[in-house]
Amino acid sequence: MATYSTNEFRSGLKVLLEGDPCAIVENEFVKPGKGQAFNRVRLRNLKTGRVWERTFKSGESIEAADVLDIDLQYLYNDGELWHFMHPESFEQYAADSQAVQDAAQWLSEQDLCTVTLWNNSPISVVPPKFVELEVVETDPGIKGDTASGGTKPATLSTGAVVKVPLFVSVGEVLRVDTRTGEYQSRVK
Amino acid sequence: MAPWEPTASLLALKARAEIAQRIRAFFGDRGLIEVFTPALAPYTASAPQLDSFKVEAGQAASPLYLQTSPESAMKRLLAAGIGPIYQLGPAFRAGESGRVHHPEFQMLEWYRPGYGLEELMEEVSALVRLFLPGFQPHHTSYRELFQQVLGVDPFDTAIDELIQLAEGSFSAPMEGTTSETNPDFWLDLLMVDHIEPYIRTQFPQGLYVTGFPESQAALARCQLDGTGRKVALRFELYVQGLELANGYDELDDPEELRRRIERDQRIRQSERLPAAEADERLLAAMAAGLPQTSGVALGVDRLAMVALGADRIQDVIPFARDLG
Repeated sequence: MATYSTNEFRSGLKVLLEGDPCAIVENEFVKPGKGQAFNRVRLRNLKTGRVWERTFKSGESIEAADVLDIDLQYLYNDGELWHFMHPESFEQYAADSQAVQDAAQWLSEQDLCTVTLWNNSPISVVPPKFVELEVVETDPGIKGDTASGGTKPATLSTGAVVKVPLFVSVGEVLRVDTRTGEYQSRVK
Repeated sequence: MAPWEPTASLLALKARAEIAQRIRAFFGDRGLIEVFTPALAPYTASAPQLDSFKVEAGQAASPLYLQTSPESAMKRLLAAGIGPIYQLGPAFRAGESGRVHHPEFQMLEWYRPGYGLEELMEEVSALVRLFLPGFQPHHTSYRELFQQVLGVDPFDTAIDELIQLAEGSFSAPMEGTTSETNPDFWLDLLMVDHIEPYIRTQFPQGLYVTGFPESQAALARCQLDGTGRKVALRFELYVQGLELANGYDELDDPEELRRRIERDQRIRQSERLPAAEADERLLAAMAAGLPQTSGVALGVDRLAMVALGADRIQDVIPFARDLG
């Protein structure tokens, strides 16, 4: 069983805390004048995304988490699980809704996603930073209105709803930033 | 920034040179002698909180240690009758790495035979004033701080209550500490999590803390305070929330020193820390007669941070990232 001592702590390190895989976000070494040294650590729970704060006595060890980020191609959703495949080894992985979470609304076939594996099972899915998706539903476009700055909701082929400029029409393909959920541009 | 490049700006490094010059001029004017004691020696500090770098000494039979401070050697010079001395040089502490810590740092240590803590604090302030004009620090005691911030007397609080304070007010439980039975462990945790943040926000201009518990005396003499408690004759200076200097009215009793070393050794053994043999040369020097003296160690990198308004120690030392 691999362990890390507090003096190996740095941001990005994957450790096991209370049974959950976590990534160290921030590690601060603190020590009163002549006293005991501590590490004040912020960790992100990789399953829930929540950030924990913990203080460790310096020199203590904590179990390492077998966590790996890999790029996988999205295949399909069978109604319950989202299936991914490694583009070179063709090995397949199935992620549940807890792992996929909000990423589900951006996924379309062939997209290359960053999937975090813990003990070889997906625990989180990050979609591509930008996706191109077709508008399937929105109020009729107002031709030529590129200046008023007004917006309206539009439903995309994956089910995601984004705010778009008034001139956007059904059938058009949009480029969207998945980190913010914001419309970027139309794709010709 | 490429790996070969310095972490500090060239401007900061030039300022460091000037800081060193002004420190030397300050002590020269006051008649202290600069000394150069070895950074590498066959003994090391026994304090369990200090982890030394042990050096594989080639053909030599016994290991050498990079000194965590020049204290031991400087006291031997004092016992030899050298008079007031100072040293500006590197000190080494394994495992101490962070925003305001670096395993190798520049320490200014000086000793004033005949001085008490009050006079020494005056002199520390005069030195700091060279770099922070108008520096006017406040004074308080360890006990007052705990009473003010946590409403408890640190000298008169059961360990269970300390644990409750540490855990109850802390954002999350402390990992793996259920077996900690040493009150100082919990006092230290309360210090870093509650007292030091309070000092940082309430006394950024500077604060001397005195009257530490006897168990935190390190190499300071102890004395009964007004309430009949034994307290260490020791001060810590905080400036802008940074612990800048630590001073003692120096312990001069070799038997008491040996008791403290033995206590340190027991703690080291129970915590499975590397053993630290008693520094017999220092014990012998003390037996031969150490003059009554006060002494202080000041972190010069941190002084430079304060003087230059730097936020991180790596901004004032050239190659802070070489050690990873």
